[in-house]
Amino acid sequence: MSDNILEVNGLSMHFPLSGGAFRKSTSVVRAVEDVSFSVKRGETFGVVGESGSGKTTLGRCIMRILTPTAGTIQYTGKAQEPVELVTSDDSLLRTIWRDIRMVFQDPQSSLNPRLPVIEIVGQCLRKSEKLSGSALADRVSTLLTNVGLRPEILHRYPGAFSGGQRQRLGIARALATNPQLVVADEAVSALDVSIQAQTLNLMQDLQEQFELTYIFIAHDLAVVEHICDRVAVMYLGQIVELADKDELFNNPKHPYTRALLNAVPVPDPRKRPEKRARRGAGEIPSGGVRPDACQFAPRCPHAQDICRNSSPPEKQIDGVAVLCHFAGEI
Amino acid sequence: MLGFLARRILYMIPTLFLVSIVTFAIIQLPPGDYLDTLAADMGEAGSDNNAAIEALRVQYGLGEPMYVQYGKWMSGILLHGNFGLSFEKNRPVTDLIWDRLGWTFLISLLTLAFIWLTALPIGIYSAVKKYSAGDYIATFFGFIGLAIPNFLLALVMMYVAFRYFGQSVGGLVSPEYLDAPWTWAKFGNLLEHIWMPIFVIGTSGAAALIRIMRANLLDELYRPYVVTARAKGMSEFQLLLRYPVRVALNPFISTIGWILPTLVSGEIIVSVVMNLPTTGPMLLRALLVQDMYLAGSLILIVSVLTVVGTLISDLLLAWIDPRIRYQ
Amino acid sequence: MTQASTLPLADDPAEHSPVVLGPWALVWRKFMRHRLAVISGVIIILIYLIAAFAEFVAPADISKTSVRHTFAPPQMMHLFAPGDDGSTVFLPHVKGLKTTIDKEARRRTFEIDDTKIIPLGFFVHGFEYKLFGLIDTDLHLFGAKNPRDTFYLFGADRLGRDIFSRIVVGTRISMSIGLVGVAMSLVIGVLLGGISGYFGGWLDGLIQRFIEFIRSVPTIPLWMGLAAAIPLDWPPLRTYFVVTLIVSMIGWTSLAREVRGKFLSLRNEDFIIAARLDGLSHGEVILKHMVPSFSSHIIASLTLAVPLMILAETSLSFLGIGLQPPIVSWGTLLKEAQNIRSIAQAPWLLIAPGTVIVIAVLAFNFLGDGLRDAADPNAH
Ligand SMILES: Nc1ncnc2c1ncn2[C@@H]1O[C@H](COP(=O)(O)OP(=O)(O)OP(=O)(O)O)[C@@H](O)[C@H]1O
Ligand SMILES: [Mg+2]
Repeated sequence: MSDNILEVNGLSMHFPLSGGAFRKSTSVVRAVEDVSFSVKRGETFGVVGESGSGKTTLGRCIMRILTPTAGTIQYTGKAQEPVELVTSDDSLLRTIWRDIRMVFQDPQSSLNPRLPVIEIVGQCLRKSEKLSGSALADRVSTLLTNVGLRPEILHRYPGAFSGGQRQRLGIARALATNPQLVVADEAVSALDVSIQAQTLNLMQDLQEQFELTYIFIAHDLAVVEHICDRVAVMYLGQIVELADKDELFNNPKHPYTRALLNAVPVPDPRKRPEKRARRGAGEIPSGGVRPDACQFAPRCPHAQDICRNSSPPEKQIDGVAVLCHFAGEI
Repeated sequence: MLGFLARRILYMIPTLFLVSIVTFAIIQLPPGDYLDTLAADMGEAGSDNNAAIEALRVQYGLGEPMYVQYGKWMSGILLHGNFGLSFEKNRPVTDLIWDRLGWTFLISLLTLAFIWLTALPIGIYSAVKKYSAGDYIATFFGFIGLAIPNFLLALVMMYVAFRYFGQSVGGLVSPEYLDAPWTWAKFGNLLEHIWMPIFVIGTSGAAALIRIMRANLLDELYRPYVVTARAKGMSEFQLLLRYPVRVALNPFISTIGWILPTLVSGEIIVSVVMNLPTTGPMLLRALLVQDMYLAGSLILIVSVLTVVGTLISDLLLAWIDPRIRYQ
Repeated sequence: MTQASTLPLADDPAEHSPVVLGPWALVWRKFMRHRLAVISGVIIILIYLIAAFAEFVAPADISKTSVRHTFAPPQMMHLFAPGDDGSTVFLPHVKGLKTTIDKEARRRTFEIDDTKIIPLGFFVHGFEYKLFGLIDTDLHLFGAKNPRDTFYLFGADRLGRDIFSRIVVGTRISMSIGLVGVAMSLVIGVLLGGISGYFGGWLDGLIQRFIEFIRSVPTIPLWMGLAAAIPLDWPPLRTYFVVTLIVSMIGWTSLAREVRGKFLSLRNEDFIIAARLDGLSHGEVILKHMVPSFSSHIIASLTLAVPLMILAETSLSFLGIGLQPPIVSWGTLLKEAQNIRSIAQAPWLLIAPGTVIVIAVLAFNFLGDGLRDAADPNAH
């Protein structure tokens, strides 16, 4: 049995650009483009990138809310045969969705305001374990206690809770089916910084307690540094660097990763790296980039002609995968 | 812009096709064959017109399958401008209708202008002076305007004019001018009459637009940018006209698209009540006596002109507001 | 930091908000604060009660003609009358009419006769009818104490029939056309809008084009064409349904658009995705999560669609191409007031049914507005 819980190979997701009913759409948004990686059992795998880099799309492909344009996603549960998610049908997916759960970014819109807590958290249990009545109430109470909420709130509606409490409800819902893998899409982005820390700690505690694997999507490097073991950096749909956390933070190899790290505010001015003087590399270019070029070239301080004319190969340097012509040289 | 134009004109084709199908269905709906009626009529008149009737039978393809009849009817219209015969008047439909259609669209367009000229200032006033007496009055009349059906309002206005002002009611000019040539006096007389149908048809549209404008503007008025501009000392009037009104105007403008069909509809009912020389009374009469080619032609032309009018207003709109092109 | 998650949460709602309202209760409470809407709701309930018990409420038989009362004017109802000993006593009554015949104009003129009192009472016996078409009875809510007295609260028409009773009975047709028409547009609108919004793609495009078509064509001439094709000799019930069908063509397009918009925006809401991940089927997601979150909007739009249909029926019947007499509806009543001469002679022909229509339409508009405000979670 492999110790990879998830293996993603050559995954692409293209959206057609606004085609009307009778018009053939001519161009596509390459939200995720040829992405490959694997997630080890029990680790926390981070995905970072700025807004629009395709993180959410990647997460939704893994959950199979979206059907990818190309590529494979292989899931291997504990003591189970590997399952290919891309080709699974709805009924198979329904059983997979007990093993792989999701925590959403927006604690406001991810909880149906018209249902009480017991329904929101317990809905999956009604379906998967056919629980109801007091058995359901007991299970949901236990889950609520697990995430640090009081069981009395069973019959409250989401409107009555603060953002942090709602996110705990979302986590409780994710845990309800005893999952093995949890995809958390910016699970703490919408929260205050102090609540962020609480929630991250809670998630770490739960990871130990229930032997969870996390895919943790974020745009905030500080959050990633706090919780992740390995980190993939995404830029315009591609993974430009994939490394262990320490390696990534101490020795970033892709110019984009460096730009991102420079953008992180460092509270202690003495620790501020020299490079900080060179400002972040501007905005995401609005016009599309030629597909056969380095996507980052228009913003890259090191860009040469080769970067604009051919797509960079994936290089392995010190066990780090980098997508750059000059990886290791700059 | 050209692409947008081409697309809109392309979209129009299925609409027009559907319109023609529905109209054709309406023509076919009454039981019996219209030439039978005609033949019966002519037979009574004592003339022997079998040959003429046979010719008409071939021309309309009567007795042949529906699609053949439809094809002949359409090609007559498209190729020869031949809308068929009005059997009641025994004259080609085209001789009868253009005058009336002209009045219908003139009144509808004037009503559109009336609606805009009243709804815009009243809407702005209502929003700026929210909950003032004027706002309540506007809201009240707005609701009344929405709740009174056009024809009822027309009747009430006519009754009031007749009872309390002794004015001759109905028609677009006083009886003595009916057949007179156009003079300034007749024009003045027309102005004395034409405001009433315009007012009657326009009230419900104006009421709706006042409410839309008021709601839109209220949404804008409390935006941070307005507060900022005010804090910077811009004068209230300038402040209002420069941004919030402009932004609020956008959804307002896009109402043109649906307002023209409702105005034409309203005109048709009101003109029946007020006995105006427009499409309404002619259409109603044609329908009641089952003069189907006349009725069908009126329905077809009114619909087509409305669709084209809506298209023109959409194009103007896209020209004013580029965002529309990309919707 | 690691202990942070086990700290008690200071803002636990259990501590300071003992009463927790569900979302429906919130909508209800918001609605109840809308006074005009609540009053309108009561009025509408009353109108439908009148429609259901029309013959019981109507004091006179609607088809009873009386040549001696052609265009008799309305008689006001008075509550107190002078008693035998000169004091005032409570006695609901109307004053009688004095008729003079104008030989030259060949018509009757009426005058209120203050000396003649027609006493009215509750639960009196009058003409016979079948309640709900089942129970034989002659009991009426109110009427003249002496069954042979006639009185006209809203006046009489050309044939001397009681307009008040006719309006009461017409309520049934006019108001039910609103409901039946709305039910039809609900089915069409939700079905097509739902398909459009949930599945999207070319089906969505096709349905959208169709809706655009209907909206870009002036409806009145089209309806007139369709309605005029109804043969005059059809049985009333069939005419009624066809007219309702024609009338319901207005309502469904805006409803379908609204449903589609809701489906489109909800489809990508996180809680809908979460529900799918919880293992619910498409049908369950739609029924359990989507429909409840916009049903209040739908109810509001339906309420606003009813008056449109009432007005449409009235307009068509008024033109003489919708419902036909002997069917009594508000529209066919107004048909009596078609020319200025009859209105000038008997303004009540116009005023009485007109006022009733305006009241009903206004009530529906206010109710719908109130419901819409209450249903909107963003409104303050
Ligand atoms: N359903 C869709 N249809 C068309 N384009 C889409 C769709 N979903 C996402 N995209 C596009 O794909 C790209 C990636 O979007 P995605 O939401 O995955 O980014 P993200 O990294 O999650 O950004 P954020 O940090 O803002 O959440 C964007 O350009 C977006 O516009
Ligand atoms: Mg995202």
